[in-house]
Amino acid sequence: MWAMIVKEFRQVRRDRRTLAMMIVLPVLLLVVLGYAASFDVKTITVAAAGPQAHAVAGSLRAPFDVTRTASGRGRSWAQNQLRDGKAEMAIVTGATRPLVLIDGSQLFSAKAALAALAQMERRGASQPGGLAVTPTVTVLYNPGLTTSDIMIPGLCGVVLVFVGTIITSLGVVRERQTGTLEQLAVMPLRPRDVYLGKIVPYFLVAIVDLAIVLSVGIAIFGVPFRGSPAVFGLGALLFLFVTLGIGVLISSVSQNQGQAIQLAVMTLLPQVLLSGLIFPLTSIAAGVRWIAYFLPLTYFNQISRGVMLRAEPITSLWQPFVFLALLGVIVVTGATLRFRSYLAPAAREHGARKPAPAAQGA
Amino acid sequence: MTGHDAMVAAARPDGAGPPAWGADEVCVVYGKTVALDCVTVAALPGQVTAVVGGDGAGKSTLLRCLAGALTPDSGTVRRPVKERSGYFPASSGIYPDLTVAENLDFRARGYGISRQVARQRAAEYLDRAGLARASGRLAGQLSGGMRQKLAVIAAMLHHPDLIVLDEPTTGVDPVSRSGLWWLIARAAAEGCAIVLATTYLDEAERCASVLVLDSGTVLASGTAEKIVAAMPGSLRAVAARPEGEPAARSWRRAGTWRGWDPDSGRLDAGPAGRHVITPDLQDAVTVAALAATPGGAA
Repeated sequence: MWAMIVKEFRQVRRDRRTLAMMIVLPVLLLVVLGYAASFDVKTITVAAAGPQAHAVAGSLRAPFDVTRTASGRGRSWAQNQLRDGKAEMAIVTGATRPLVLIDGSQLFSAKAALAALAQMERRGASQPGGLAVTPTVTVLYNPGLTTSDIMIPGLCGVVLVFVGTIITSLGVVRERQTGTLEQLAVMPLRPRDVYLGKIVPYFLVAIVDLAIVLSVGIAIFGVPFRGSPAVFGLGALLFLFVTLGIGVLISSVSQNQGQAIQLAVMTLLPQVLLSGLIFPLTSIAAGVRWIAYFLPLTYFNQISRGVMLRAEPITSLWQPFVFLALLGVIVVTGATLRFRSYLAPAAREHGARKPAPAAQGA
Repeated sequence: MTGHDAMVAAARPDGAGPPAWGADEVCVVYGKTVALDCVTVAALPGQVTAVVGGDGAGKSTLLRCLAGALTPDSGTVRRPVKERSGYFPASSGIYPDLTVAENLDFRARGYGISRQVARQRAAEYLDRAGLARASGRLAGQLSGGMRQKLAVIAAMLHHPDLIVLDEPTTGVDPVSRSGLWWLIARAAAEGCAIVLATTYLDEAERCASVLVLDSGTVLASGTAEKIVAAMPGSLRAVAARPEGEPAARSWRRAGTWRGWDPDSGRLDAGPAGRHVITPDLQDAVTVAALAATPGGAA
């Protein structure tokens, strides 16, 4: 047994990536998740419309934060503020009973808003907006405040990450592990052909997976799809480009499938935990939240929830689209360059690179 | 000088005939290790050139340069365009999770061979190599010899002008080795230039020319006969391993000890109890390696 223990320690010591995962990752995860793991909503953004909009803005207290007022506008404007993600709650004044609209797709904010409204009522404090009557409260986009309605659009992204990043990285690194990469390098194939040939099958599999997840979500869980399929499809395509690029990048720095899996998990975990899929972005401590803005799933979540639940048009989703495209350009360019050098050992610099491990026996 | 490839037809050293492929004064350095030090080798159409040497001699590095998988730090490599080259890497380059037929189909498509021609050739090669009944089996489930034969077939399926084979017979049983050599000899007979690395000197002996490498340098080159004839000193059979300094110049082979005397002539009579042996390629290569060792040719 002692011999086995010594052997294992020697192997682990040489596998620095595993060592890092075992020692550094738990600490890192604890710190990051400690700050990220929060369902508490401290601020609820509010848009106020109607003749008493400014009065509402002046009278509402925490957790409500009136960020937009439009005294000349009505329900339509207020609803658009919710649809476009500019506010989590809207108050429309001017009628006998003010109307409070709550964005149900922001599950935790919606629940917090309802709780805060109820508390205000119980305490006998001024009604929202300083009105003397109880407002009519309407929850939009997810009236039942169903968890599956907000999770399934996000899970579509997780499925794409799984296929795009994990499976792709395994598929590409398998060429290195089996020693077939060198064969590809000497065949009359352009690096672009090999690159596309490697990722197109996973691209198609991911699209099929996405269609299955969406169908199951809609058919079994009753998740609505209110927006444009074209906008959703465009977002999914962009997101898939980024995740496939990350998969290729991972494979180009991994010597074997074990290393690729480790790295892929390291990229998947923060995306699941920090992208707003589980914990609301606004609840994540600012010191950790910035990481979310480098994660493609953050933007895909915004697109998928926006399109599926709120029928958000592409004009109001331009920000996540632009950031996703930007990430895509960076990642795919990096992946292409890495893959090119990975595939073309003939382009090595003087003595700078060792041959592929599979063909080292000189 | 920066290493470069010349993928155009090159004239033969004798100035006539079909093009000769090969490498001229090729050097490759990995970090601080010199893997190849000004190595030159020629591969003539219709001939098999063997590259021999021990572990770490530089055989695979030289073959990778010839195949285009590695650009040398200096020197020139003369090889055909990718479409006209075939390569069998040390790892065999076969997909274990594809069947025999699927592996060949992928290779044929990659080299732009029409489906019909590819099927015809694959069927013929598989039949001759005794793999016809295994065409539906996963390559990963084949025996070592069968897999090597498949890899050699894959390297020559597109009828290239130059085939580079990195130890195609290592670890292969004698029957499969014979099958592999049938494939190799046939390709050479059809006019292909073949360069192969091997650790079996009996195989090298039957090649048109041999290049002996040791630690990246050329110990000897030419025909097997020429290499044997050029062996310095003489070789003698001894009953037991000699004592002292001659022990470093003796080795055991086929149950007896052989001692190399660098100072005596090939026909000089040795001390009593020693018989002069006519060396073969294996002896000549061993002597070349000993002579290259510091103090080996004292």
